[in-house]
Amino acid sequence: MNDALAPAIVVDDVSKRFRIPGERVMTLKERALHPLRTIPQHELTAVDHVSFSVAPGEFFAVVGRNGSGKSTLLKCLAGIYAVDEGRMFANGRMSTFIELGVGFNMELPARENVIINATMLGLSPRRARERFEAVLDFAELEEFADLRLKNYSSGMLVRLAFAVMIQVDADILLIDEVLAVGDASFQQKCYDEFARLRREGRTVVLVTHDMVAAERFCDRALLLEHGRPVMMGDPHKVGLRYMELNFAREAVEPEVDEEDAERESDRLGDGRGEILEAWFEDADGRRAAALPAGRRCSFVARARFSEEVEGPILGFSLQNAEQQTVLAASTLALSPQLGSFAAGEEVTLRIAFDNVFRPDRYYATPAIAHAGTGFAWIDRRERFTEVVVTGASRTDAIVDLPYEVAVDRGKVDRPRTEVAG
Amino acid sequence: MSVTDATTARPMGRSIRGPSAVGGDWRRLLHLTRLLAVTEFKLRFFGSVLGYVWQVMHPLLLFGVLYVVFTEVVPLGEGVAFYPVALLSALVLFVFLSEATSQSVQSLIEREPIVRKIQFPRLAVPLSIVLTALFRMGLNLLVVFAFLLISGGSVRLSWLELPLLLALLIVYSAGLAALLSALFVHFRDVKPIWDVLLQVIFYASPIFYPITIVTSDTLRELLMVNPLAAIIQQFRHAVIDPSHPSAAEAIGGGARLLIPLGLIALVAVVGFRYFDRKAPRIAEEL
Repeated sequence: MNDALAPAIVVDDVSKRFRIPGERVMTLKERALHPLRTIPQHELTAVDHVSFSVAPGEFFAVVGRNGSGKSTLLKCLAGIYAVDEGRMFANGRMSTFIELGVGFNMELPARENVIINATMLGLSPRRARERFEAVLDFAELEEFADLRLKNYSSGMLVRLAFAVMIQVDADILLIDEVLAVGDASFQQKCYDEFARLRREGRTVVLVTHDMVAAERFCDRALLLEHGRPVMMGDPHKVGLRYMELNFAREAVEPEVDEEDAERESDRLGDGRGEILEAWFEDADGRRAAALPAGRRCSFVARARFSEEVEGPILGFSLQNAEQQTVLAASTLALSPQLGSFAAGEEVTLRIAFDNVFRPDRYYATPAIAHAGTGFAWIDRRERFTEVVVTGASRTDAIVDLPYEVAVDRGKVDRPRTEVAG
Repeated sequence: MSVTDATTARPMGRSIRGPSAVGGDWRRLLHLTRLLAVTEFKLRFFGSVLGYVWQVMHPLLLFGVLYVVFTEVVPLGEGVAFYPVALLSALVLFVFLSEATSQSVQSLIEREPIVRKIQFPRLAVPLSIVLTALFRMGLNLLVVFAFLLISGGSVRLSWLELPLLLALLIVYSAGLAALLSALFVHFRDVKPIWDVLLQVIFYASPIFYPITIVTSDTLRELLMVNPLAAIIQQFRHAVIDPSHPSAAEAIGGGARLLIPLGLIALVAVVGFRYFDRKAPRIAEEL
């Protein structure tokens, strides 16, 4: 496989414009009669300078209102539309599900349709035939393999289509609103399947306006409005912003730094120093929004003192999505203690640790405190930065410590089974 | 984390370049073309009791009408070796060209759901139509050969020219199919225009008449510039009976055959180049 650190998807400053002709009718006759008349056209910018990257194994949501450009962005990623500006890269085999059952033909039986659909989605016809049984099995439609689709109920159709989509072995799945169809139990099944995909380390980009689904499944979310990125990060916060947009009387001009403003309230301290920025770095020392599980990584924070401070303590704590603190590290144990800092002096804190945490979203709270108890805050920024741990681990434990298993199947005297009374 | 955190990531991996005619993956193009064609073919078989019969019915019915008219009403076929077979074979070749092109015209529009929702090599759409027509021409040619042998025709070495003639016809039709389907996205009146042009091609090719009936050398040589006419004439000469003049004889010299051959090449190059240029924008302009 590829280098695990390479992003699954990179979208670099992508723009997509549509030319909308003023008069739709355009015939050769008109061309011949009015050879010099240019058709009045106006341009619609559907996607406006969007950049992001998605780490392998990450669940990434693109949310936005109708017409915000989210589906266009997905179609650009899928290679259906050519972009006007910018570049996009993908690492791994990609499959798109803009609609369930694309190319289904109602006159043909399920067997043919599964093969057509799977081939359309990127399998070779031979692989598609091999997968046929698995598809019908998942869809629970074994008895209806030779029934024509026109005799299927709509629920059966959806199940069949979803089953094909799950079986095409893509490393990267681009999914657009497909969950909007189907009843509650089917949707639950979809979600279960997404959870499985995620455990397998597949990358998913989900386009939706269902914030509940996005918050539940996605590691990060990107909010688009009028084709422009409004906010990217924690799905919960993006969700709040999305609600604001939805219920605002008029659409607010997008502001990229909105997230920072929101965080001001989570700030404690006497202001004698300031944490300027904080980020995570991967094993190679690059800034990363997602960290693969099981590798070395670092938390880095940069701070500046505005007054002279004697022997401060610098540190951070890491919380998982359930608000459990999984790591707390500081300079408290450092000896000798940090000396004094002059006004205006900057300091960079770097805490390296093994990433033993299970795949999840984590929030870092960096803090500077006065010497002593460690609770006299100079600056403490609650959930200042976040990181997603990616990986294929299936553990339920908070941490995924490396361990060794030994099973000895030598002869052991079994305790006699006693039959009670 | 800012919105532009992509800049901190190394740009790597496969570049996503958007849709194209071939998509850089010939295998996938072939798979999809075959799949779409087989599906289309099956659909016509499905639900009709006389499946195979209907496949060959179109040229046979046309043949029946023309045969009666041109043997009983206007005796064009007198003195022509194997006139019925000559008529039927020419019809089969014409029907192939006609089906492959006229059904391609609207093919991208008819397949809009997949064009707008899946990334795949766009050329698969018109090519699959040509392939479906090819399947049917295969079935029809079986009838032609059966007919020829029953009427007393003989197996000859020159039958080996058949693959070449068919290849030329396929390249010509595929080029036209690509050109017309891409043109139709912008210009919806391509369809009526092409329908009329097909009629012109029908009469400008030696289908129901033997080329020898055209007494004016200039007119005959002019007719043979039409690639379909040249292919039909050579088919008659090589496959049916040598008493039919070869294409080279009919056009007045082997070197002049470069004109219809050049036209085939031109149509193919222009057709595929135009399709290739339009392919990236087809999905949004449908």
